[in-house]
Amino acid sequence: MKILVYIESTNNKIHPVSLESLVAAQKISESNGAEVHAVIFNTNLIDALSNYKLDGLITPDNEELIYYHPLLYLEAFNQINLKYKPNLFIFGHTYETRDWVPRLSAKLDIPFISDCVDIKYSDKITVNRPIYQAKLAQKLSITSEQAIISFQAGSFSADDINRGVCNSNSESFDLSSVVDTINMGERFQESSGGVDLSSAEFIVSVGRGIGKEENIPIAENLADKINAQIGSSRPVVDAGWLDHSRQIGSSGQVVSPKLYFALGISGAIQHLVGMKGSKQIIAISKDKNAPIFEIADYAVVGDLLEIIPKLTDNL
Amino acid sequence: MKICVLMKQVASEDSPLSISNNIIDKASLNLVTNEPDSYALEEALLIKEKTNGEVTICTLGPESSQQVIKDGLAKGADKAIHIICDNTETMSSLDIAKIITKKIQNENFDLIFSGLQSNDYGFAQLGIIISELLDYSNACLVMGTEINENKLKIKKELENGWFQWSELKLPASLSIQSGINQPRYATLKGIMSVKNKPVDKIDFSELGLSLNAGYTIDEISIPQKSKQTQMIEGEVDDIVSQLTDILKNKIKVS
Ligand SMILES: Cc1cc2nc3c(=O)[nH]c(=O)nc-3n(C[C@H](O)[C@H](O)[C@H](O)COP(=O)(O)OP(=O)(O)OC[C@H]3O[C@@H](n4cnc5c(N)ncnc54)[C@H](O)[C@@H]3O)c2cc1C
Ligand SMILES: Nc1ncnc2c1ncn2[C@@H]1O[C@H](COP(=O)(O)O)[C@@H](O)[C@H]1O
Repeated sequence: MKILVYIESTNNKIHPVSLESLVAAQKISESNGAEVHAVIFNTNLIDALSNYKLDGLITPDNEELIYYHPLLYLEAFNQINLKYKPNLFIFGHTYETRDWVPRLSAKLDIPFISDCVDIKYSDKITVNRPIYQAKLAQKLSITSEQAIISFQAGSFSADDINRGVCNSNSESFDLSSVVDTINMGERFQESSGGVDLSSAEFIVSVGRGIGKEENIPIAENLADKINAQIGSSRPVVDAGWLDHSRQIGSSGQVVSPKLYFALGISGAIQHLVGMKGSKQIIAISKDKNAPIFEIADYAVVGDLLEIIPKLTDNL
Repeated sequence: MKICVLMKQVASEDSPLSISNNIIDKASLNLVTNEPDSYALEEALLIKEKTNGEVTICTLGPESSQQVIKDGLAKGADKAIHIICDNTETMSSLDIAKIITKKIQNENFDLIFSGLQSNDYGFAQLGIIISELLDYSNACLVMGTEINENKLKIKKELENGWFQWSELKLPASLSIQSGINQPRYATLKGIMSVKNKPVDKIDFSELGLSLNAGYTIDEISIPQKSKQTQMIEGEVDDIVSQLTDILKNKIKVS
């Protein structure tokens, strides 16, 4: 078996989830002897990989691959596939992966099982992935000769990487056939402004379970009472009920307060990555299977609209 | 501008989930439009209004997914394609994409919009796969669109608070991020208009594709809790007094 891991770079650094993917590949290799190859397009970062145990590191001669472009990456991978024919391609489930790897699945006509959290080998490859907003999990076995998988951030620990010898092979890709229909512009950050929640001691965070904009004061009154800042999940910001600077999660702020009090937040992975470092987590949800309870210290099953006003009065 | 919006019916967020023999009990699910898809539909309707365009909803799913079509037509879509299929949950994204592509390939859509991901299986792939099958340009996590003549500019959300404006040649397939717009509600007039709008219905088997997911689903389960969580349940007053105690004496809020 041959496994190929893609090492993504972001802002001239290796994306952490790529190293986690490498751990997954090495883990499979330990149980079935699979060859593990990696591909890195950002040649500035080759040295960072030189101490990792790899059967081969594919690096491009082409300078245009340093910067992400879906169609150029697609063609380069098409050529890598022709030459190496890996049984398994592994990616981190990043924004970039979402943008082009589904195309790769179509181009190579092989399945792409995205957003996995675990992988095992016993006569075939099996993967686990959350479904139904992480309220359920599914286990899949790969039956095709070749497949693509991607891993959710945090599925493996990059500390577990095996070190050893790695030979790099430089490849030159012929990208002249790519018809350029996508012109990638400059990347920019929007002026942040608003509140910085990263140093807040206590946070009361509002999720979609608050129901409507008129109910926001229920959370604000509690926050006032315990000197907390208001945070929120993405849908609350999308609906315009709170300012973007209140959003916590992968597309918002990362916080680690002493207390994170989640009101009507289900606990999607994109929210959890922004708050799982909190010292104490109290979560209230109507749904006893809400994934937020998985990481909460105190799980309150009930209606926040009934409980929180009474709690605020009682404090 | 001819725009296709891919929309799916899924279980609502508060549907009871029960599993037997690794199959989810479908009868108990409360079925609704996949919420991320309402942002895709809204963006399509906004462009339709600006460019004098036409919006077609396309869904692959069982008879019950008529609800998705009716809701979308009531909000302002012009027509719909319903590909009937009862077992999408065992199909790969690639197979679903092949079916839809086969059906829509001669429609010559300028734009195909999809939601960010489906709230049930969450592969986050369909619209992007179709861009390859139809040789369209593509972008995901789109947070803004600007159309002038045949030029399409899109604003993409990137990781860690970064964004990027890019220019795409048409035709293009875009997956839309939540928060790009405020999806509208259907008006009474819209609801009344539904019955006059055409729905092209076809069973997926008539498209004559041979499909193979490339994987099997071995198990569906409820995830095990790994952390010690103290469950607080009971009457409201009881919960309130326990929480008060935790906040005052354990966490020591001021
Ligand atoms: C690329 C990407 C980036 C994203 N970035 C972020 C991000 O940065 N931050 C973020 O939060 N999300 C983000 N998301 C969205 C994320 O996937 C979830 O959709 C979102 O976190 C859900 O928010 P929620 O928990 O408030 O809503 P829901 O998932 O709808 O949960 C609402 C909860 O409230 C409960 N509830 C309802 N009524 C009551 C009541 N009366 N009393 C008590 N409980 C009640 C429900 O049972 C449920 O548990 C991102 C998604 C993607 C794909
Ligand atoms: N069966 C389907 N019929 C129509 N559109 C779909 C279907 N499945 C997924 N989609 C669209 O593709 C997007 C991404 O879905 P997925 O790849 O399943 O996460 C969804 O938000 C929908 O817009």
